Amino acid sequence: MKMNRRNFIVTSAAVTGGLALGFDPFGKQVVRAQDGSPEITAWVVIQPNDRVVIRMARSEMGQGTITGLAQLVAEELECDWNKVTYEYPTPGTSLKRKRVWGDFSTGGSRGIRTSHEYVRQGGAAARVMLVQAAANQWKVPASECVTSNSVITHKPSGRKTTYGKVAEAAAKLEPPKDVKLKDPKEWKVIGKPVKRLDTVDKVNGKQVYGFDLKLPGMLNAAIKDCPVFGGKLKSFDAGRVSGLKGVKKVVPVGDSAVAVVAETWWQAKTALDQLPIQWDEGPNAKVSQESILATLKEGLGASQAFVGNQNGDIKAGLAKATKTVEATYFYPFLNHAPMEPMNATARYTPERCEVWVPTQDGEASFAALLAASGLPADKCDVYKINLGGGFGRRGAFQDYVTQAVQIAKQMPGVPVKLLWTREEDMLHGHYHPIMMAKLTGGLDASGNLVGLHVRLSGQSILAAVRPHIVEQQKGRDPLTFQGLADTGEHAFGYSIPNLLIDHAMRNTHVPPGFWRGVNINQNAVFMECFMDELAQAAGQDELEFRRKNMQGLPRNLGVLNAVAQRIGWGKPAPQGVYRGLAQMKAFNSFVAAAAEISVRDGNKVKVHRIVAATDPGYAVNPAQIERQVSGSFVYGLSALFMQENTVKDGRIVEDNFHTFPSMRIGQMPKVETIIIADGGPIWGGIGEPTICVAAPAVMNAFFKATGKRLRDVPLKNQGIELV
Amino acid sequence: MVRLTINGKTHDVDVDPNTPLLWVIREQVGLTGTKYGCGIAQCGACTVHVNGAAMRSCMLPVGTVVGQKITTIEGLATGKTLHKVQKAWVDHEVPQCGYCQSGMIMAAAALLAAKPKPTDADINAAITNICRCGTFQEVRAAIHAAAKTQA
Repeated sequence: MKMNRRNFIVTSAAVTGGLALGFDPFGKQVVRAQDGSPEITAWVVIQPNDRVVIRMARSEMGQGTITGLAQLVAEELECDWNKVTYEYPTPGTSLKRKRVWGDFSTGGSRGIRTSHEYVRQGGAAARVMLVQAAANQWKVPASECVTSNSVITHKPSGRKTTYGKVAEAAAKLEPPKDVKLKDPKEWKVIGKPVKRLDTVDKVNGKQVYGFDLKLPGMLNAAIKDCPVFGGKLKSFDAGRVSGLKGVKKVVPVGDSAVAVVAETWWQAKTALDQLPIQWDEGPNAKVSQESILATLKEGLGASQAFVGNQNGDIKAGLAKATKTVEATYFYPFLNHAPMEPMNATARYTPERCEVWVPTQDGEASFAALLAASGLPADKCDVYKINLGGGFGRRGAFQDYVTQAVQIAKQMPGVPVKLLWTREEDMLHGHYHPIMMAKLTGGLDASGNLVGLHVRLSGQSILAAVRPHIVEQQKGRDPLTFQGLADTGEHAFGYSIPNLLIDHAMRNTHVPPGFWRGVNINQNAVFMECFMDELAQAAGQDELEFRRKNMQGLPRNLGVLNAVAQRIGWGKPAPQGVYRGLAQMKAFNSFVAAAAEISVRDGNKVKVHRIVAATDPGYAVNPAQIERQVSGSFVYGLSALFMQENTVKDGRIVEDNFHTFPSMRIGQMPKVETIIIADGGPIWGGIGEPTICVAAPAVMNAFFKATGKRLRDVPLKNQGIELV
Repeated sequence: MVRLTINGKTHDVDVDPNTPLLWVIREQVGLTGTKYGCGIAQCGACTVHVNGAAMRSCMLPVGTVVGQKITTIEGLATGKTLHKVQKAWVDHEVPQCGYCQSGMIMAAAALLAAKPKPTDADINAAITNICRCGTFQEVRAAIHAAAKTQA
């Protein structure tokens, strides 16, 4: 499947052309939406009633990307925001049209930051065409016409028309070869906290998630995959359940799973629970949490490691230190646990295979469908459905699509909806990688940091998920160094002389994945807690110590200063309240947090308040940025305090929310969000970067409160509770 | 055959009385606004009202609610007029992915029916639903706002 995904990307990239302005092989022939309305550019369909349908490839999973992208298109289109709606093109259509909508992948906080330019151009080109169509009708120069709120006005005569009235004529025009985008100073919709496009149906039960899909004649499937990763299905006794009410078929799925297909999902699930199944668990059944931890511990001192960032001479630097500080940290496996468990619906015939799926990457779903169905691309398509949470689980990993097609192939012509139980979801994740770190810092007699070695030891995501990148890097996984890297969108936020950051790659049989924020989660804990340890060893204020080691990093300093000032760093905190700080650069955004906590009985932690600053350069929708930041802290602090997946007999132990708890409203801190958006050439991400600074800020505050340094995540293992 | 009253309508469904109410609502009655999240009454995505009280329907055998007044998210509004909690949810743009919000809204509506002016402590005690997107800050603000509105 991975190979197919890769081949698919290579093939489709090779035919990409004319992306920016939506040129496509249909040329001047008018392309129509399903309702017959004309397409102006690939991103813009205008209905006769002036309704604007904006089409985008990225997926909405709650992060607000669709609203943000629509704002970008609408800004250049100069349309009435109240008339904007959206729809998803299908990956099959996109492929036929030379990937006119660009990348479907909705991960890495890329939705807006890597497509802002071409979607704005799509809106701008459509505006030029609509104006030209009006000018042609009036027989006046287009330059005499202005646009506002979907209305075109011929300035000299005062004549007016609307986009809906000229859309047919505009659709027949050649798109302009190049268009000029607005100066950010002229933006009217971008940068405003306009309302999301997708709220109303989420409060009345009308929003259809993948799990809600209904198709005529549809059956429902429940599945069990071998609980040991890498194990196989040996046998099952279908006869024991085939007579149960509603049961239609019991089918093997791939070589490791079995599914029951029934009229209703509850019938399928009930029958599956009663189905006798024999597994061949294989050699991985011997793996335990202890054996994995032993491997990671060995890596902390191993002589071989991949270098992620270095300057100066680490040995010389540490040798001249008068004081050396050393600490070992740990960050565990974590399931994504989106609220909507994995699901996909497939219908297969030898002539056509279709999948309906909540996916972060329609093209990855399409690749999985093609591989599993064995049919050519022109006989297949994927229909995207909004997600009940993604967090990285539903992008690179399309195991549920593969399974749904494998089931549907055994029942040709019948649509089958596959829904995983929560238990299946917990046991068959693609987990946050497990990682340890040993940090060694050297201080001179004046308390200056003269050398720092960060040794990471643990799992590589890319070795499992994008092995070609690791091959290109001669075995190194560059993503491991997120937030610690020598350069780029995850560059290290300190100017430390004599630096070495390296990674002893220690992979496990537990599949790793991209978990909201990915490797910045643990790297921020390691680095930002250790900076406090160093500052304290040097007898210096934690903010001042950081500032001294942030030469030439003005935007890192900008967010750090912003949170320090807002929280009142250096001024007395309320009685019994203690503060902690953290900062990092991730996904091209600069982020910092300052936390205020109190601790009761030495172990009951109340997080009162977190001030978080994010500098993405551009803030398309500040209201949604605030929600992403505060929401991400629920995800990140749930992990910090109470979540961990552990391995016993080769399988994951925690199988539902009773053993993998998630923060409740009473545990939620007040989050104050500071947004810094001063422009510049680079657009930073929003959905993920800020998540990473909450945990170390809280851990640093805990030390201030108790004098006890926390280094192992989750904190529940040290008897600490979030209250 | 089990006779249920859901959103003011009577449904006779041919189903094992041990089937959880959640799945009967979704699969026999066909109302899909009520969600499955855990199946063990931990997450609250399946919250409905039974005689006005918030109940987690994923472990509630349908046979135990015969003759009771059941309300789902689809029955919360009065005609086209949104319930004040739904209205506050829209005004405060509470939902992110939205999957947990049916249950969250039903829990909030039951809280306001029992305690029209809930304190933060009341909210903490009554709203124990899981939201992985982390909408709690907006949930709290929206509940307080709904408490201030009439009807």
